[in-house]
Amino acid sequence: MEPFRSHRGVLATLDRANVDTDQIIPKQFLKSIARTGFGQHLFQDWRYLPDGTPNPEFSLNGPRFRGASILVARNNFGCGSSREHAVWAIQQDGFRAVIAPWQQRGETRVPAFADIFRNNCAKNALLTVELSEPEVEEVFQMVDRFPGLEATVALEHQRMTLHLAEELSFHFEIDASTKERLIHGLDDIGLTLKQDAAIRAFESTHNPQLFTASKQTS
Amino acid sequence: MGQTLFEKIWNRHVVATMPDLPAAPGAAQTGGTAILYIDRHLVHEVTSPQAFEGLRLTHRKVRRPELTFATMDHNVPTIDRLTIRDPISKAQIEALEKNCAEFGVTLYDLKSERQGIVHIIGPELGLTLPGTTIVCGDSHTSTHGAFGTLAFGIGTSEVEHVLATQCLLQTKPKTFKVEFTGRPIPPVTAKDLILKLIGTIGTAGGTGYVLEYGGEAIRAMSMEARMTVCNMSIEAGARAGMVAPDETTFQYIASGKRPFAPTSEAFERAVASWRTLPSDPDARFDRTMSLDASQVAPQVTWGTNPGMVVDVTGRVPQPDQVPGYSQRDVEQALAYMGLTPGTPMTQIPVDTVFIGSCTNARIEDLRASAKIFKGRKIAPNVRVLIVPGSQQVRQQAEAEGLDQIFLTAGCEWRQSGCSMCLGMNPDQLKPGERCASTSNRNFEGRQGKGGRTHLVSPQMAAATAIAGHFVDIRTWMER
Repeated sequence: MEPFRSHRGVLATLDRANVDTDQIIPKQFLKSIARTGFGQHLFQDWRYLPDGTPNPEFSLNGPRFRGASILVARNNFGCGSSREHAVWAIQQDGFRAVIAPWQQRGETRVPAFADIFRNNCAKNALLTVELSEPEVEEVFQMVDRFPGLEATVALEHQRMTLHLAEELSFHFEIDASTKERLIHGLDDIGLTLKQDAAIRAFESTHNPQLFTASKQTS
Repeated sequence: MGQTLFEKIWNRHVVATMPDLPAAPGAAQTGGTAILYIDRHLVHEVTSPQAFEGLRLTHRKVRRPELTFATMDHNVPTIDRLTIRDPISKAQIEALEKNCAEFGVTLYDLKSERQGIVHIIGPELGLTLPGTTIVCGDSHTSTHGAFGTLAFGIGTSEVEHVLATQCLLQTKPKTFKVEFTGRPIPPVTAKDLILKLIGTIGTAGGTGYVLEYGGEAIRAMSMEARMTVCNMSIEAGARAGMVAPDETTFQYIASGKRPFAPTSEAFERAVASWRTLPSDPDARFDRTMSLDASQVAPQVTWGTNPGMVVDVTGRVPQPDQVPGYSQRDVEQALAYMGLTPGTPMTQIPVDTVFIGSCTNARIEDLRASAKIFKGRKIAPNVRVLIVPGSQQVRQQAEAEGLDQIFLTAGCEWRQSGCSMCLGMNPDQLKPGERCASTSNRNFEGRQGKGGRTHLVSPQMAAATAIAGHFVDIRTWMER
């Protein structure tokens, strides 16, 4: 995996909550057996009109977001299907990071990203940045006011900085293990295979088929 | 202190814990990343080709092919299943056949009488057993949690990781106990309870947690109903949902022809072990809530996610009056759904009814809907698809004569597959078409671009098919 340390790029906003992975990449594109070719179909149903031309109403089609590489969205981004194609589509359309707000509901804190999606992002070095709701709201407003606004997401320092005349900067949390993997671009499978002795030791006492009758013809 | 069901299974499957490296100053410490052993890996055609390709590129093998089981379900046509006209679907199915042959993975293909939706055939085959860990590149893997199994969906990179190592890297999720007190009053079903829960906590209310369902309502449920509940855990954001195993679980495993389930003496030993799994009385959960099942009405979704749901006696909401959603969220959802605020749910007509999916296509679901179709006809201009979850379910239904009831009522009786749950095959809605569906997601475009999905139970779906619009099945049945 390619390491992720820091990235500077244009921000693009998508003002919707609960964006599901069916929206990010509709089902018809999941039939591909390749890992590429998804970028042009990102948000297909919102992005294009029935005749295949770009939908001018859809924010990401706006000229101001051309070349954007940091996507800003609302809470519960990436919910639904486990399809990793959603992450590939976002990346292949040029994005390196997604920003969304966590939400306080009563006593519980609702994470910004759905679990499986967040995991899939980490496996592909697409950085997920969780900020508070007021912070994300501020980012939305600044992007609105300053076309072409750029930001830097510095993973090492866990800071997201808006490059305004007077820089505005936010701290974000990320778990230590994901951060480590991203910064060093670690290969998870290779890493786990280094633990082969531990896996073998575990397998010598743990039989997943302990209770299973001998395999019969089906 | 005692342990929860989840913790017991988790602890028994941790191969090693890799501590957080100190080189990450300021980052939230997680207690480390566990290498979690996976007992069963289920594979289907959509999320696996890139994983197998990854193995080929790195010259890796499937570590435990005998613990890996595959079937094709998403792309499968439900009329003429062996004639796949879409060349891209066909290529994906053929890729799975080729990959399974090359890597030595057992495949239940389209000619197998054991083929079906992956989450339906796991329990049928006896692959889904209490106390085990199961993963699959599919978010509805949570279904298997009904057996007291830790089961969750993963992405394709993780599929490759499990194929190569039989392990997954995981940080430990939090635990959330949901107690369904009382019993649902028939014809209120497991589907209504889970929709009510999602409506209450929201589609992200369970994110970061493993849910454990308990209480009188769950204890009284069949395995099939428990599977419906666990299936939709992911719609509340929880990767896994679980039910502690009990006599109902053991009887289910002992019944039927389940080639991978233990029998005789092995079964007795297994049950003795499974009895140790339920959460200890003094186990602590990170979060708990309870919901009175006896007060739950039949549920119908009105919006574009499963949390946008009301009692069938309710109305399409006013955009500024839905807790947890902004006015704009609701306006967008209603615009897509073509609904006007204030409309009684029972006045909404449908074009299509879909009874199927890993949520509600098991034999009990078909029996329950057949009971309603029996001696009745579907409304004119309504298309009704009944899609059994597996070839086994299909055979059983035909043995019981359910197919004849469906056909006589005017429904279409299909072959098994994911069908119209996600429209990766010929079964799709047309733009603007409105569907009462027993599936799990009412996302925009899920059942076909521009299609409008309302999630309901199989009983509600059947009654809707006959009436042509949503009905309160409780009063409708009494007529």
